[in-house]
Amino acid sequence: MSGKRVTFKNLWLAILLILPQLFLVFTFFYWPAGEALYWAFTLEPPFGGEQQWVGWQNFETVFADPLYWNSVKRSLLFAFSSTALAMGIGLLLASFVDRQLAGYKVYRFIYFWPYAVAAPAVGLAFRFIFAPDAGFVSAINVWFPGLWNPALDGFDAMVLIVLANAWSMVAYNFIFFLAGLQSIPRSLVEAGAMDGAGAVRRMRDLQLPLIAPTFFFLIVINITDSFVNSFGIVDITTGGGPARATDLMVFKIYSDGFKGKDYSLAAAQSLVLMLMVCALTFIQFRFVERRVHYS
Amino acid sequence: MADILIRSVVKSYGRTKVVHGIDLDILHGDFVVILGPSGCGKSTLLRMIAGLEEIDAGEIAIAGRVVNELEPRERGCAMVFQNYALYPHMSVAENIGYSLKIMGIRKVERLERVTAVARIVGLEEFLDRRPAQLSGGQRQRVAMARAMIKEPQVFLFDEPLSNLDAKLRVQMRIEIRRLHRRLGGTSVFVTHDQVEAMTLADKLVVMNAGRIEQVGTPKEVYHRPASLFVAGFIGSPPMNIMKVGSATPGLARLASGATLQMPWLDTVPESSLRLGIRPEDIELVAPGTPGAMEMPVEFVEELGAGHLVHGEFEGAEFVVALPGAIEVVAGGRLHMCFPTEALHMFDAVSGLRLDGGEKASGLSSGAVREFA
Amino acid sequence: MIERTPLLNFTTHAILIVGLVMLLLPLWIVFVASTHDFRTVNTVPMPLWPGSHMVENYVAAWTQSGFGPKMLNSLVMAIGVTTGKIAIAALSAYSIVYFRYRLRMVFFWLVFITLMLPLEVRIVPTYAVAANAFRPLQVLLDVFGMSWLLESVTGFRLVLPEWSLLNSYSGLILPLIATATGTFLYRQFFLTVPDELLEAAKMDGTGPLRFLFDILLPLSKTNMAALATIMFVYSWNQYLWPLLIVTDPAYGTAVMQLQRIVPGPLFGEPPRWHIAMAGTLIVMLPPLLVVVFMQRWFVRGLINQDK
Repeated sequence: MSGKRVTFKNLWLAILLILPQLFLVFTFFYWPAGEALYWAFTLEPPFGGEQQWVGWQNFETVFADPLYWNSVKRSLLFAFSSTALAMGIGLLLASFVDRQLAGYKVYRFIYFWPYAVAAPAVGLAFRFIFAPDAGFVSAINVWFPGLWNPALDGFDAMVLIVLANAWSMVAYNFIFFLAGLQSIPRSLVEAGAMDGAGAVRRMRDLQLPLIAPTFFFLIVINITDSFVNSFGIVDITTGGGPARATDLMVFKIYSDGFKGKDYSLAAAQSLVLMLMVCALTFIQFRFVERRVHYS
Repeated sequence: MADILIRSVVKSYGRTKVVHGIDLDILHGDFVVILGPSGCGKSTLLRMIAGLEEIDAGEIAIAGRVVNELEPRERGCAMVFQNYALYPHMSVAENIGYSLKIMGIRKVERLERVTAVARIVGLEEFLDRRPAQLSGGQRQRVAMARAMIKEPQVFLFDEPLSNLDAKLRVQMRIEIRRLHRRLGGTSVFVTHDQVEAMTLADKLVVMNAGRIEQVGTPKEVYHRPASLFVAGFIGSPPMNIMKVGSATPGLARLASGATLQMPWLDTVPESSLRLGIRPEDIELVAPGTPGAMEMPVEFVEELGAGHLVHGEFEGAEFVVALPGAIEVVAGGRLHMCFPTEALHMFDAVSGLRLDGGEKASGLSSGAVREFA
Repeated sequence: MIERTPLLNFTTHAILIVGLVMLLLPLWIVFVASTHDFRTVNTVPMPLWPGSHMVENYVAAWTQSGFGPKMLNSLVMAIGVTTGKIAIAALSAYSIVYFRYRLRMVFFWLVFITLMLPLEVRIVPTYAVAANAFRPLQVLLDVFGMSWLLESVTGFRLVLPEWSLLNSYSGLILPLIATATGTFLYRQFFLTVPDELLEAAKMDGTGPLRFLFDILLPLSKTNMAALATIMFVYSWNQYLWPLLIVTDPAYGTAVMQLQRIVPGPLFGEPPRWHIAMAGTLIVMLPPLLVVVFMQRWFVRGLINQDK
């Protein structure tokens, strides 16, 4: 960490300044994390009383449950497909906006709007648009009766939430890809042109490799965000159904913990999810940041 | 009286020692320039005087008061920074008057003093502007005005001219000198530019690798460099340095066999020796003159008022500075001789100057031509 | 650069327009649906041009859901999170960057690690604290013997009051402030402020607080604007946390209300999409306006914070 050449030495003031932040972080981050750890290894007796230490039992219950593995599988499917979709479209739009043809500022301005829309609002909008008997997509069912019904067909439901999530994430990816492309020195692209590379060639040989850091950064952010956003979307559109086809991890934790009131089971699941997200971030710091250079 | 007395001052960053025990007396009213290559510790020394760096060992006293433990504002110094360090969100007037505001001086008086100082540096019309709306030279003036307003006993300058273009630099140099005379404080000026150093200094301090190499007037430092380092650092182009093959009292023999008269050389030291001569001290002679030395001309740099002739002599690069009237072409030969009084002798190991003391001090007889 | 690539230029425009349609179509459909009556909105295929029932649909959505107080709650929450974050993050980043003390790096990492886990991921344990937000501190004091020390010296047993966050503004606001996003943004900015500025200020005689308020904070204005827009949108759009912490409708937020306006057979009602879409648009409008009008700040803040 690069620091300042000259600093202040007033220790008490320094601590006083950082104290509010430390209090909040301790109360709402570290303590709960510790508490989750405690719960995950204890059980509340059915007839009340002290929490009892049960070791790995909660985890065993969780891992033995096919419904849990179902939610892991669905979450990963959701995360990867919406990430691929959002990043692909974001990159495509950014690279074309970066050509700076007439009117590119208008696109740049409007492409960002979806980012402002709350996940449950996206959910509700997409629920209407993709409803089987009203809205926009339902027209399909007029021509091919029964082809599209996310309320009954698990695959359709997954498509629905993936599209909703991808739609709301495209804007974010677009902005970062565009910033990455624009941070490439103009002279470099011009040198490529002098070397005889056409626009498409330059994109493939010069610009894409140079925004590799942005690319890896966005993968991690997108996957993390897909866990975060998923609750609002799933809760409003499918409610985890049909037949648990969209029972994503955060949603399952919520329904087990707060609807089913089984905190120990929810805590064990939370812990696994927290470890997964931490591992992702760790991979980003450890491997990606080191391998690719920001210039 | 704002004398600055520096006693065995040491500074390290972690394990690297950057200032190795410096002693220096700066007297009231002096304009002292500390000159040295980058990384020699000159800025660190200045910042220790200012109070921006801790002093690890030794002592600094300003106006008879040891300041080691004092905060910057308690030391009575003002500083002009290399990048000016103006507060970007404040107007020129606010920038200049900020220290007075902190002292709790009332607005009316503040305005009066700001206007007065602004008049001295010619900024009256710009008081309402922001730093971003000023040119480099004007920003420099704001920085100076900000330093002046506190009426400090000591002005510290940390390479303040290096961000200006060449023409402005010359102009500001003259202004700084004029202000120093007018305000009458003590000034310490750090730079790596030797022309700046020579033209500004009453007293020149040459530093290298955390140590002081020489202290003296610009003239002394130029004409009697105390070490090989100073000889090579001061002067543009730098002094030519030759290896001495062998020496006997009164005589030095170069590696190629040419002999040079050294009348003051009574005792010959054990260690190997180096001889130095400034490019502009070399004289041309007619071919065949006894004792004349020959150098093939590799190429010629034209400077307008004169030219620099480059070639190889005694197995090393050699430069001769000649007035414009003399025609020299690449591929030709130069016949030259070294006036005895223009030769500088150094100990190759310690790097220190060796000479006959008083005997050699009247040297160079006004034959110095500056090409810088 | 002069390049004649008519085909590529045509493709570029074509793709950008398709992108525009893709991203705007959902918003357009929501808007169109919110302007038709019950019967029209449920026809298949639905019309793609606005109808004439806009005003009555919005009035209905607004009154049915009681959006007045809900929007106010959302606003209180968003402004609380925004200002709280800006203040707390500025102070802590100042402490980390401009002071040198042994625990500095420890504190930095303690705060920094919170970037890794968004609230949604650690929702269950965070909810547990909400019943009494002082419990962690009380335990800490007890464990480190500070209450005991105080008791034996003064005879007074320090017992922090119970502080329930359920159904309160502080419950909606505080946990959302407890992450490092803003701290990080400020830190990045403070590190780019030239060292000489502090040195000049020291020569001018400023102390630490004076430097913060006279120089550093005025210089951070653009960063504050960036952080403010991001935090406003972020907190307005919170869904899961308010859903847990609020059971009293008096503290309900606008976004929470979306769960209640879902039409459908679930409630045995006919799908009143026109009202639902009007409600959706009402809820999404404030952050959308912030993004539209403050986009420059917003984008700058986002990009600086993560690099």
